[in-house]
Amino acid sequence: MHDMTGTKTTRAIGIIALLVTAWVVISAFFITPADQVQGDSVRIMYAHVPTAWIAYLAFITTAIASGFSLARRHRTLGFDRVAGASAEVGVLFMALTLITGSLWGRLTWGTFWQWDPRLTTTLFLFVTYVGYLAVRRIDGDPRQRARRSSVIALLAVLEIPLVHFSVVLWRSLHQEASVLNPDGDVRLDGLMLFTLFSGVVAFTLIFAWLVIHRQRLMALADLDRVVGLDAAISARRAEGIGSAAT
Amino acid sequence: MKDIGFILLSWVITVGSIATLAAVTLRRARELSARVPDDKKPWL
Repeated sequence: MHDMTGTKTTRAIGIIALLVTAWVVISAFFITPADQVQGDSVRIMYAHVPTAWIAYLAFITTAIASGFSLARRHRTLGFDRVAGASAEVGVLFMALTLITGSLWGRLTWGTFWQWDPRLTTTLFLFVTYVGYLAVRRIDGDPRQRARRSSVIALLAVLEIPLVHFSVVLWRSLHQEASVLNPDGDVRLDGLMLFTLFSGVVAFTLIFAWLVIHRQRLMALADLDRVVGLDAAISARRAEGIGSAAT
Repeated sequence: MKDIGFILLSWVITVGSIATLAAVTLRRARELSARVPDDKKPWL
């Protein structure tokens, strides 16, 4: 049995993430009360808000890892893999934010989609990072790929403040932040807030688990290419020695 | 519970997508791990 990308630490993170996620789901459906204004549809918030925050976290992680990848002469590929893995997970969470937001919007606004500032900037952020992932797949030298994608990641992260403050900067259908708002006032009941933060903890652990595994997966893919190349070179040399002897 | 279909769908999509990515990641790791010697895996 070959050891894969897991270690004791990742197994511990995975188990804790599963337990916290189970608590969030139970609390979201059976323990927290319905909202006075939005009714039961607020139960989508415990999935929607953490996915949005974790997408931001993922894209900021991508930018930081890209910065290190550009600044350092050594281990640039290691940082580049973390940047790529984090962006992959971020794109999934951003897609989930858009989907859950759309379903929540149907219940509260009566429509799945509006070209509203928050929704439009979020979609723009999502498309930007899909583009980033596409650029990463362009064939070429891995170090050149790392440099190219690092520059894009450092520019793309500048969109996050625009998305977050879009509800303040422009007239928006989307509600203002209930927790991370400019006046610092938390507009949530205690149990609802606790469940929301539990969701953030659960999704942060899931994010960490996924990024660790996926960056090791990228390392394995690179190693597999090197091992394959070494084997091909050895086979070619053996062929050469064989033909020289005959 | 009102609107249970939409609420349930949101959660099923969220948890299902994350679980699918985790499963795909582990399956791919199993495939690649078999081809790379353990002494070349720095996390072991």
